[in-house]
Amino acid sequence: MTATAAPPQAVAPAEPPVHKASLRKRLVPYWLLLPGILWLLVFFVLPMLYQASTSVQTGSLEEGFKVTWHFQTYWDALTEYYPQFLRSLLYAATATVLCLLLGYPLAYLIAFKAGRWRNLLLVLVIAPFFTSFLIRTLAWKTILADGGPVVDVLNTLHVLDVTSWLGMTEGERVLATPLAVVCGLTYNFLPFMILPLYTSLERIDTRLHEAAGDLYARPSTTFRKVTFPLSMPGVVSGTLLTFIPASGDYVNAELLGSTDTRMIGNVIQSQYLRILDYPTAAALSFILMAIVLIMVTVYIRRAGTEDLV
Amino acid sequence: MTDKTAGGDVRLAGISKHYGSFTAVHPLDLTIPQGSFFALLGASGCGKTTTLRMIAGLEEPSTGTVSLGDREVTQLPPYKRPVNTVFQSYALFPHLNIYENVAFGLRRRGIKSVKKQVEDMLELVELGQFAQRKPHQLSGGQQQRVAVARALINHPQVLLLDEPLGALDLKLRRQMQLELKRIQTEVGITFVHVTHDQEEAMTMADTVAVMNGGRVEQLGAPADLYENPKTTFVANFLGTSNLIEAEVLEAGAADVTVGSAGATLRLPAARCSTTPKAGGKLLVGVRPEKISLVHADEEDTVAAGRNKIRGTIAASSFIGVSTQFVIDSPVCPELEVYVQNIERDARLAPGAEVVLHWNPEHTFGLDAAQDIDAGIETVEEGA
Repeated sequence: MTATAAPPQAVAPAEPPVHKASLRKRLVPYWLLLPGILWLLVFFVLPMLYQASTSVQTGSLEEGFKVTWHFQTYWDALTEYYPQFLRSLLYAATATVLCLLLGYPLAYLIAFKAGRWRNLLLVLVIAPFFTSFLIRTLAWKTILADGGPVVDVLNTLHVLDVTSWLGMTEGERVLATPLAVVCGLTYNFLPFMILPLYTSLERIDTRLHEAAGDLYARPSTTFRKVTFPLSMPGVVSGTLLTFIPASGDYVNAELLGSTDTRMIGNVIQSQYLRILDYPTAAALSFILMAIVLIMVTVYIRRAGTEDLV
Repeated sequence: MTDKTAGGDVRLAGISKHYGSFTAVHPLDLTIPQGSFFALLGASGCGKTTTLRMIAGLEEPSTGTVSLGDREVTQLPPYKRPVNTVFQSYALFPHLNIYENVAFGLRRRGIKSVKKQVEDMLELVELGQFAQRKPHQLSGGQQQRVAVARALINHPQVLLLDEPLGALDLKLRRQMQLELKRIQTEVGITFVHVTHDQEEAMTMADTVAVMNGGRVEQLGAPADLYENPKTTFVANFLGTSNLIEAEVLEAGAADVTVGSAGATLRLPAARCSTTPKAGGKLLVGVRPEKISLVHADEEDTVAAGRNKIRGTIAASSFIGVSTQFVIDSPVCPELEVYVQNIERDARLAPGAEVVLHWNPEHTFGLDAAQDIDAGIETVEEGA
């Protein structure tokens, strides 16, 4: 306001303030990064370093632990617990595939066919999150209880004969078998599969479906050649969001499984909290992290998502 | 798919489309001859795209049938129709390169050796060196040509184009109009082109159907539509028309004489879209470029027998090849006149008294019961 009232020659060149403002502007991204970086530093990087040092320590709780660069712990942990590692990866992979098979049709329906029901269905997908993870898994314990209606029906339909033959159940029970653990994992991680799938399906221009139909692709071919390839980013992020936490999960195996279905998460948990062998627990954590990291890297390379728009 | 020997006319019989209580297309009969370049012209929401989509099979008609040659295809899904579409926003497959986009239709029909055909087709649209690119790496005009190539490679009986040039800038649009016309002449396939751009329709098409409110208002060759509009909508939507409300003084077998605000005008009875009756009303139309303009002082230079109107220049704008005048006349408040800039008369400035004259043969007559302004606003919106 005052500037307009001043005589023209009194107006100072606007160069310096502009310069200062642009410097401040350039600093904005760093200010925005700061809280996140601090958070990760305190709650991720520091604990990781602490864990790394723990994993190469020796000693006992009474005498105290000292860093002795004892890498042997890694080898010992791997040789002793490799069945649990394999089991974890197998269960996580099975649950991921089941999530994909269950989640894809649902995500497809919500994205393309739901019309005005779309938002309601999305709310229903995330509705289980309103209840605690533990309570939901405990509920599964009741659902799959021996002699319960679910087990009865599966028995009558001879489904359990098939799953027994596959080694997923034993006799006439579901609880405390691999099937129960895989079911729990599938159930608990399903929303993490559906949401990314929905997001990438919803972004697909429906005119591409029309174009494919116009170019002699029947609906099944349209799905194979157009819809599915374009939903690959969602498939990749959905499977990662399911597989990674599922492979480290211990709650489902703890509540729905038995000693024969222990996953690596259970081993780590008991090493930490019951046996109090911190170095082994830390080493197991790092081995799991490395395995998952390698698998994920190979998977992303193979899926070739960087090629997608 | 490429059965070109069977008569390839597209025939729409009583075809209509309702969405709930809204009628997008009223029952429509239309025959599009094989090998022609046919344009469906109209403002947005006039039902032209719906009509096109019914031919493609992307929309199911509420009533009526669609036939290609002797074959009725109304119930056939799009992937079984020998028809291909160039979509408004091209709808190229973003995950496939240009080569695979163009090869898509051939592969779906189980053709194994597509290389030669794809390369020839990319050559036709001059995109040979872009085969390995992804669609998003091409410009709008190039994407448009890929869309045309992707459809044409299948040798459809009919190629449907849904506002294919809408997303391009004016210069590129002109270029693509000529390009499409060239391709159509070269391949000889029936093109059905949907557009809201009257200039585009007239440049490219052999036959234009002007649609308005879900109905075809008039159908004909571009020059015929332009010279002999049958409704005020067509008269105003295609180019500009000066429409004058007049009273019929004399309705002869060959000539009709009308009067309006003291001026007496003549027009051929054959160019009236309605049968004029003495004492009745008639809308008299004349195109702005048919009118000549002289200063009022030179009125006696106007040859006898020409239609004459007096008026005052309200505005003039110089646009290079011509000067466009708006004339205020007792006959009609805003007459438009386009005068070619051959010899410019300095006296023809706003405020000057002038005489407008034209050959009576260039006058057409329309039914006065219609809305005189139909089609005017939509032109502005569309352009």
